[in-house]
Amino acid sequence: MTQVSTEGKLSQNVMHFARALRQAGIAVGPDRVVDSLRALQVTGVTRRGDFYWTLASVFLTRRDQFELFDQAFRLFWSNQLLPDSAAAGLPLAGSPSDRDVPPARLADALGLTRKARFELESPQSADQPDSATGASQVEALRHRDFETMTAGELVQAKKLIAGLRLPIADIATRRLQPDSRGRLVDLRGTLRASLRGSADVIPLRRRWHQHRHPPLVILCDISGSMSRYSRMFLHFMHAITNDRDRVHTFVFGTRLTNITRHLRRRDVDRALGAVSQAVADWSGGTRIGATLREFNLRWSRRVLGQNAEVLLISDGLDRDAGVDLPQAMERLHKSCRKLIWLNPLLRFDGFEPKAAGVRLMLPHVDAFVPAHNVESLADLARILGPSHHNEGRHGTWK
Amino acid sequence: MPVNPKLPNSIDETLGVLAQGEYVAERSLATAIFLALRMQRPLFLEGEAGVGKTEIAKVLAGALGRRLIRLQCYEGLDIASAVYEWNYPRQMIEIRLTEAGGAASRDKLEKDIFSERFLIRRPLLQALEGPQGSPPVLLIDELDRTDEPFEAYLLEVLSDFQVTIPEIGTIKAAEPPIVVITSNRTREIHDAIKRRCLYHWVDYPSAERELEIVRRKVPGVSAQLSREVVAFVQQLRGVDLFKLPGVAETIDWSRALSALDRVALEPQAINDTLGVLLKYEDDISRVRGAPVADLLEKARLVLPTA
Repeated sequence: MTQVSTEGKLSQNVMHFARALRQAGIAVGPDRVVDSLRALQVTGVTRRGDFYWTLASVFLTRRDQFELFDQAFRLFWSNQLLPDSAAAGLPLAGSPSDRDVPPARLADALGLTRKARFELESPQSADQPDSATGASQVEALRHRDFETMTAGELVQAKKLIAGLRLPIADIATRRLQPDSRGRLVDLRGTLRASLRGSADVIPLRRRWHQHRHPPLVILCDISGSMSRYSRMFLHFMHAITNDRDRVHTFVFGTRLTNITRHLRRRDVDRALGAVSQAVADWSGGTRIGATLREFNLRWSRRVLGQNAEVLLISDGLDRDAGVDLPQAMERLHKSCRKLIWLNPLLRFDGFEPKAAGVRLMLPHVDAFVPAHNVESLADLARILGPSHHNEGRHGTWK
Repeated sequence: MPVNPKLPNSIDETLGVLAQGEYVAERSLATAIFLALRMQRPLFLEGEAGVGKTEIAKVLAGALGRRLIRLQCYEGLDIASAVYEWNYPRQMIEIRLTEAGGAASRDKLEKDIFSERFLIRRPLLQALEGPQGSPPVLLIDELDRTDEPFEAYLLEVLSDFQVTIPEIGTIKAAEPPIVVITSNRTREIHDAIKRRCLYHWVDYPSAERELEIVRRKVPGVSAQLSREVVAFVQQLRGVDLFKLPGVAETIDWSRALSALDRVALEPQAINDTLGVLLKYEDDISRVRGAPVADLLEKARLVLPTA
């Protein structure tokens, strides 16, 4: 094993590297830095590849951090003191190449000057248009500014959300808890109790399934036809995200964006600010089929486990005129416990689904919540209240 | 740091140990395994289904001569099935016998029936009580299937390698077991767990490595066929499918084709056996027919070499 002192230049550099990662958004605590130095002592630093994977296994906790780590590693250690050689080279078939532009936050974290960053840019990566089917689609890529909420609005919103009841019932989990009316005998509890009381009669202790709300996935349409509702629905999603656990939120127009992490910020204005930065297709067209398909392929297995329910917020107006839509809806419907469609364009009574998208989607939803003229959280709270939606009874044990 | 003589001393030796167990690993994975063994940290493996995560634990146990203890996770997994349980029928009989035999004090009775004699050890407890010098391999399989309460409990076990049984006391492992945790990522495992582990994302193997795997696992298959099979599967992984075929599927498919006495791939044979590779009707109908011929043509251009 190569002798690596935990003092000295290498450990300092690892510390700096960890700090850079932290600033770039990968949570690397001081404990991990200590771990990494221990790990490096174990593996030695004779090969660049081993050094790379040692740091990766200690610093990373999720796959999606990998790309950032990879870029950071290449930038940070490119001209450092490592015994670099092409022979020992870095692994990774199919990893992002060196020509990729590092994200701005990474460049910032590594202290690259504007000039340096400019030099790293390659002409081909300036913009990456979605080269998929929508050749004729013109994506409206624009960022959106939301008015910030006034203090009064905030107070009122909180109150409304507190009273909000989603059309989602708690479901029985497989975890048991003591319950005097339960149907299963709690042998352990019974035995303990029997030792305390008098001997002749042993009262049975019982237990039954715990109830808990299912995970919730919200898919919200932010296309042009929905634009007047976007702010309100985002507030709604922010409130729900911070109100309970296991909520995942996505928005879609011509492309799908996972905004869960942004909405976890406590402050509503900052959360919405982050969302508006992250989403590139505000108020553009809609490709419901394509985006739902993308959701099915990339996300459904990761977020729809454990009996998740899906709340789809969309007007069903599809620019692609239903291409891929029935298949995508069917797959989505089969992958979740319950699919609820909240449609702000349709009236309560006697609506006629005229748009092709709506007709194609309707057969695949479990519950349909028309929400005509919803423009405020107050309206939404009223709509989602217990009496207004038409849904089947929930089975408790599906 | 206590070093077990049987444990590998370098990443290369780790690769050797895995090869002994017929496991063809990338060097990155060997690095993570080596670190886990030497730093006595749990190894957290994430990856798509069928890339060989569970197999790693089995191979490690076999090659290092350790006992493999497997805890399969599921929703609602509780202490009674993961850690320990009291043998209630025997306790009941003991109570009756004691009472029939005369007056024993309640305190003594309680002490008696909650002694180790009546304890049923479940996987986690078994793993902590392994023999000195050769602790077992504990495989916690598909952790994503269980729920947060179990995760929280596991956190306690993994940080100190001890469990507390109220009636008996704390049981601490003399030497921590080799822990391998796998997840299919059907939900995000809490960072607190991952922080205590060494993390590795197990990816689909490169063509060369996959060819090596097929050769080792399905020795009967012809060289030409195995090259074509691997090249085809690699092409297939580039298609937008709901569920991509894993290494397990490649191996199954090689076996299937070999059982059908094929020596080379042709579109008809592929169409007939697609069900071995793809497990969703949408995926099969997307690929069947013309796309298969297309993929095969492309695959033939990039046949891997041994």
